[in-house]
Amino acid sequence: MLAFLINILSTPAMLVGLLALVGLLLQKKPVEEIVKGTVKCIVGFLVLSAGSSFLQSGSLLAFGDVFNYAFQMQGVVPNNEAIVSFALQDFGTDTAYVMALGMVLNIVLARFSRLKYIFLTGHHTLYMAAMIAVLLHIGGLTGFPLWLSGGCLLAFISAASPAYCAPTMEKIVETNELGLGHFGGLGYWFSAQCAKLFAKDKDKTTEDIEFPQRLTFLRDTTVSIGITMILFFLIVTAIAVAKGILNEDPQAVLASYPNLGGLLNVGAETHTHWAVWALTCGLSFSGGVYIILSGVRLIVSEIVPAFRGIAEKLVPGAVPAIDCPVVFPYAPNAVLIGFLVSFVGGIVGLVVLSFWNSGIAPVALILPGVVPHFFCGAVAGVYGNAEGGLKGCVFGSFMHGLLITFLPAICMPVMSALNFSNCTFSDADFSWMGIVFGNAAQHIQGLPLMILCVLVFLAPVVYNYVAPKKTPAAAE
Amino acid sequence: MKEIRKVMCCCGQGLGSSMMVEMNIQKALVKLGKEGVTAGHTSLSEINPEAADLFVVGRDLAPQLKKYPRVIVLKKIMSMAELTEKLEKAFAEESDTFFIE
Repeated sequence: MLAFLINILSTPAMLVGLLALVGLLLQKKPVEEIVKGTVKCIVGFLVLSAGSSFLQSGSLLAFGDVFNYAFQMQGVVPNNEAIVSFALQDFGTDTAYVMALGMVLNIVLARFSRLKYIFLTGHHTLYMAAMIAVLLHIGGLTGFPLWLSGGCLLAFISAASPAYCAPTMEKIVETNELGLGHFGGLGYWFSAQCAKLFAKDKDKTTEDIEFPQRLTFLRDTTVSIGITMILFFLIVTAIAVAKGILNEDPQAVLASYPNLGGLLNVGAETHTHWAVWALTCGLSFSGGVYIILSGVRLIVSEIVPAFRGIAEKLVPGAVPAIDCPVVFPYAPNAVLIGFLVSFVGGIVGLVVLSFWNSGIAPVALILPGVVPHFFCGAVAGVYGNAEGGLKGCVFGSFMHGLLITFLPAICMPVMSALNFSNCTFSDADFSWMGIVFGNAAQHIQGLPLMILCVLVFLAPVVYNYVAPKKTPAAAE
Repeated sequence: MKEIRKVMCCCGQGLGSSMMVEMNIQKALVKLGKEGVTAGHTSLSEINPEAADLFVVGRDLAPQLKKYPRVIVLKKIMSMAELTEKLEKAFAEESDTFFIE
C-alpha cells in the first residue's frame, strides 16, 4: 500500500492532479466539479508531455542538427513552453512539489512581509518551478530539501517580481491594487529605466499616432511562431544545402547529425524537397507549442482559481499579480511597437553574439524567439511609453530586446542538465534567477544551499518586522 | 434576440489574463442575477464566432474581433465596475449584433 502511495506521489501527472484535488476540496466544490477538475488537470499534464515529444521529434532536434551543420555552432530558440516541457520529463515530480510549496509560501510571504503580491499567473509559476527544480538539482539537492528550497525561491520571486514592476505599473493602471505577475519583470523594469531618459517627452505617447492595427493578427501565437520558425528553418536549411549536405553520403551525415533523416529522405518512399521539409518542420514547432499550451491551460485553470480563493481569504490586503496582457489595453499601439522593436533588438543581439570571440567564453546563438519578444517586448513597450512616451517606448523595448538575448546566453552554461535541448528560458526573470542561483548552486552544494534559499525567503519577512515603517508603501 | 447563454474571454495565449476576466465575469453574473450563463476562456488561436454568444476582450485585441456578432471591449481589463456595467448593457441589448466599447 505504501509503495503504491509513493508510486502515485512520484508520478508527475498524478501529483499535479492531486494538487488540483486538494485545491478543489479546500474550496468545498461539489463532487462533480472535483472529479472534473482533477481529471482535466491530469489529462492536461499528459497532453503537455505529448506536445513535448512531438516538438522534439517533429522539429527541435532536427533544427539543432541542421543549425550545427550550417554554422558549426549551437543555435538556441528561447521558448518557455518548449524548455519546460523537456524539464518536466526528468524533473516533473520535483517541479510539482516546488510549485505547490511555492504557492503556499507565496501566501505566507504576502501575509507576513510588505510584498503583498499573490502571483496568479499559473503557467509562469509552473515554468519557474521547473527551472528552480533543475537548478537545485545541480546543487546536489534531492527530495524534501529540494522541494523546500525550491518553494522558498519560487515564493520569493513570485512576490518580488511584481514589486519591482510596481512603480511603473501604478502609472499605467492608475491603481496600486493591481500587480504585474509575469516573470519578464526585470526586463520591464529595465525598459522603464531606459525610457526615463526621455521623461521630458513623456506626453508624446504612442497612442497619439496612427499605427496599423492589422498587425494584431500576429498576436495569434500559432501564426507568429509558425511564420518565424518557417523563416529560421528555411534560412538555416538553405545554408546547409548550399554547403552540400544533400550531396554527402546520408549515412555519414546521420552518424553525426542523427535527426536529419527527414531532410535526407532516408528510408522515405517519396522524395521531399528541402524547402518543403523546412516548411513542415517550422510549422511542426508551432504545432508542438500549441499542444503544450493546451495542456498547460488545462492544468492552470484548475489550480489558479483555488489558489486565488485561498489567498484572498488568508491575506488581508492581498494584491493580485496578473499575467502581462493586463497592461495591453492601456496602450495598444505601444504593444505593437514594443513587439517589433524588441524583435529588432533580438536580431541585433544575435548579430553581436555571432561576432563574439568564442575564445573569451563560448556562447550559443540565441535566436529571437517570437513569443518572448511579443509578450515581454510588448510589456516593455507599454512600460517604456509610461515613462518616456513614444521615444521611451522605442528605446526601452529595443534595450529589452538586447537584454533578453544576452541574459539567456549568459544563463545557458548553468542550465547544464538542459543544455542540449536547443531551447532555453526566455523571459528576463528566469534568466536572472538562473544566473544568480545557478551559479550559487555550482559553488554552494547541499545543506548550505538550502539555508541560502530559506534566508532569501525570510529576508522580506524579517525586514518587515525590523525596518521602521516610515513609508508604508515602500514595498509597493 | 438570441439569448446569451455563453460568454467567452480571450487573450493571446489563453492562459492568464483571459482566465482572470472569466473569474470576474462569473462574479458579475452572480451580481446581475443571471443564472444558467456559463463563462469560458481561450486563446486567440482557437477563438471563433461560433464559440459563444458573447465575447469579452481587452481593447488591444478588439481589431481581431471586429466581425464578431456580439463583443464587449474592456479598457481597464480588471475593472469590475467597467465589466459589470458593460455586461448589463449587453444583456439589455435588443439587437443581435453589437460592439460595446
